[in-house]
Amino acid sequence: MATEYYEQQPVGVGDALRSLRHEAANYRGILSWLATVDHKRIGMMYGVTAFLFFLVGGIEALVIRSQLATPNGSVVNAEQYNQLFTMHGTTMIFMVVMPLSSAFFNLLIPLMIGARDVAFPRLNAFSYWVFLVGALFLNFGWVTGDVPDAGWFGYANLTTKAFSPGHGVDFWLFGLQIMGVASMAAGFNFIVTILNMRAPGMTMFRLPVFVWMTLVTSFLAVLAFPLITVGLFQLFFDRFFAANFFEPVAGGDPLLWQHMFWLFGHPEVYILILPAMGIVSEVLPTFSRKPLFGYPFVVFSGIAIGFMGFGVWAHHMFTVGLGSVANSAFAVSTMLIAVPTGVKIFNWLGTLWGGSISLKPPLLFAVGFIAMFTIGGLTGVTHAVVPSDYQQQDSYYIVAHFHQVLFGGAIFGLFAGVYYWFPKFIGKMLNEKLGIIHFVLMFIGFNLTFQPMMILGLMGMPRRIYTYSEGYGWDLWNMIATAGAFMIAASILVFIINVIVSLNRGEKASADPWDGRTLEWSLPSPVPPYNFAEIPHVQALDDFWHHKYAEDEEGRPLPVVVGAAEEPHEVDVHSIHMPSPSLFPLISSLGFPTIGFGFLYETALVPVGVAILLFGIYGWAIEPAAE
Amino acid sequence: MMWLFLASECLFFGGLIAGYLLYRGRSVTGPYPKDVYDIPFTSVSSFILIISSVCMVLALAAIQRGDERGMRVWLFATAALGITFLSGQAYEFTEFYREGLTMKTNLFGTTFFLLTGFHGAHVTVGVLILMSLFVMSLRGRITQEKSLNVELAGLYWHFVDVVWIVIFTLVYLIQQ
Repeated sequence: MATEYYEQQPVGVGDALRSLRHEAANYRGILSWLATVDHKRIGMMYGVTAFLFFLVGGIEALVIRSQLATPNGSVVNAEQYNQLFTMHGTTMIFMVVMPLSSAFFNLLIPLMIGARDVAFPRLNAFSYWVFLVGALFLNFGWVTGDVPDAGWFGYANLTTKAFSPGHGVDFWLFGLQIMGVASMAAGFNFIVTILNMRAPGMTMFRLPVFVWMTLVTSFLAVLAFPLITVGLFQLFFDRFFAANFFEPVAGGDPLLWQHMFWLFGHPEVYILILPAMGIVSEVLPTFSRKPLFGYPFVVFSGIAIGFMGFGVWAHHMFTVGLGSVANSAFAVSTMLIAVPTGVKIFNWLGTLWGGSISLKPPLLFAVGFIAMFTIGGLTGVTHAVVPSDYQQQDSYYIVAHFHQVLFGGAIFGLFAGVYYWFPKFIGKMLNEKLGIIHFVLMFIGFNLTFQPMMILGLMGMPRRIYTYSEGYGWDLWNMIATAGAFMIAASILVFIINVIVSLNRGEKASADPWDGRTLEWSLPSPVPPYNFAEIPHVQALDDFWHHKYAEDEEGRPLPVVVGAAEEPHEVDVHSIHMPSPSLFPLISSLGFPTIGFGFLYETALVPVGVAILLFGIYGWAIEPAAE
Repeated sequence: MMWLFLASECLFFGGLIAGYLLYRGRSVTGPYPKDVYDIPFTSVSSFILIISSVCMVLALAAIQRGDERGMRVWLFATAALGITFLSGQAYEFTEFYREGLTMKTNLFGTTFFLLTGFHGAHVTVGVLILMSLFVMSLRGRITQEKSLNVELAGLYWHFVDVVWIVIFTLVYLIQQ
């Protein structure tokens, strides 16, 4: 082999890139990660990155809670406090929940539909790298001291140059814009994958609910992100080119920002919750050993939530003076959207009812999700009542609501997914006892943190205040909330220990440790690069379960004798051609922060960034997708 | 996938157009639309863009029947008309600038330039795509089997044209 190498020197960029790709295709070394287009590796990168940002956002939360534990807190000053709540919110939404959901889309969608990868593997890698550079760009302010401080929702005209002269808002603006590109690219990719790459026999109504939720979420992303793109461009032009979008003196209206932002922002919260709902819809049937109750209802409710999510945005603006007609219309639409959500909850309960329940960590988190999300959703319905919302808006009652649904909902759901699918992709089981401790500590800590906030909100404690005086009666509840926050932190430590211990000494996982229902459990753990040695032919919903079990006269599962009806045939897995690795997604992604730094610091960098982007895109277009 | 991308672009231009419509008639100072618009001029450049779409259709038809040279002729025509449109836009923008309308001046300038500017940027990208297809065809890489690439470029080009028709109608023709 050595002589061959010397005889075939690379003779040009094309050859050099080809030999790089061959090296990367061996799945060894850091180059193979930088150039990977394998959805499973991309999924893992999303997951690890998101978890690291979870720790960052969590620390930001702990500082906030330390500051608010007592009246007249002096842990941070007002300016630092503004930076902390801005970054905490922005981080958790865009750099934790969304990429964690993307991790699951990446890991699972091809497996659940019986495909070998997504429709556009390089675009998939591009989404990850663009997300990473965008997230790093947004956080770059910590290095320069210009941390974004105008809230995660960046209301104009606080965000205009006159009132936010530093670079903080610029980092926020560009970071979000860049991450938006990543989300949209991923949305396109998964829609095409789900619609076009299903295995033979996998009709739409045989898809796992998680796949349906991914499809709806992807449509939401593709249709909602353009609106914040426009809003961010309007802000960008106001800040950099003295445009007048949000300049009251010229007739501009700060409300324009709110409309653009919430037209995006409300679908965004459904983007945050639907994947977790999808995960719960997969976990519950497996651990109740029953099919999902009312599969069509769960699917159609998800679709309905997606559509209706575009019609409720102004419920974030009830107190700005839109007038009673507008307020009433949005109040009604907001109340209506609770209906499909409620339908799902009843279907999940119906799945558990009468099932053979196995209290393993995935199920604990899934049931925790149902309980916490229901509470959060009910508080949401109270906000839909406009006069009631006049009291609740900008108080801790709202903080309680969205943490109840985003943490108690999305995060619990995502952890259910972590415990459920860790064995499939890592090949080892997570320790069950540590998982239960994690759940108990997190559940108690979460409730201790956020239930007091409902009381605080109703007692009148406003949001976004860096401290408060004594004598309001808020002291005790704040102290309890802070204690709860530290308990959550302890539970995360337990999780980290669990991961480390399990990676090193965890019990080896079989292909199907939970007796699952969906196609990914038919594959070895960890999954080989080509996923399916032979593309399956699907004959029913929960096809894998039906291969394992027939039913007796009373509908109870009877194990099928393995291998009785099927002749094993040899598949030459070396003849399966997978898409080639590529560095161009990474290279292209580097153009974006270059453009960003160009606008912030040195205009000459802007054309350089554009050139890098164009070079990356042209290289990508010209190189062969698979060889 | 191109259809999905175009759907997202509808939302994008929709947002920009909504911004323009919301702020119509609310500029505190001039110049105002009627002071600067030259409807005959813009009508001609709109017509040129529409004709370019016809050329695009002819380019696709050519490659679908295997006529690579014909495709190149019509791609060139499409791009040339696109560049003519862009030149018209550039001329129009500099005229407006000379008459005192910039992004800073008032709400009209802000919303007009952002909307038409982004449209122009999209046309520019389209021209680059067409020129890339032209060059690739010279190297023999666009054949009858690869006509889908031309079809996708065509979809994008027609979309950009349709957006312009909407903009021209709402921004130039229907004035308050």
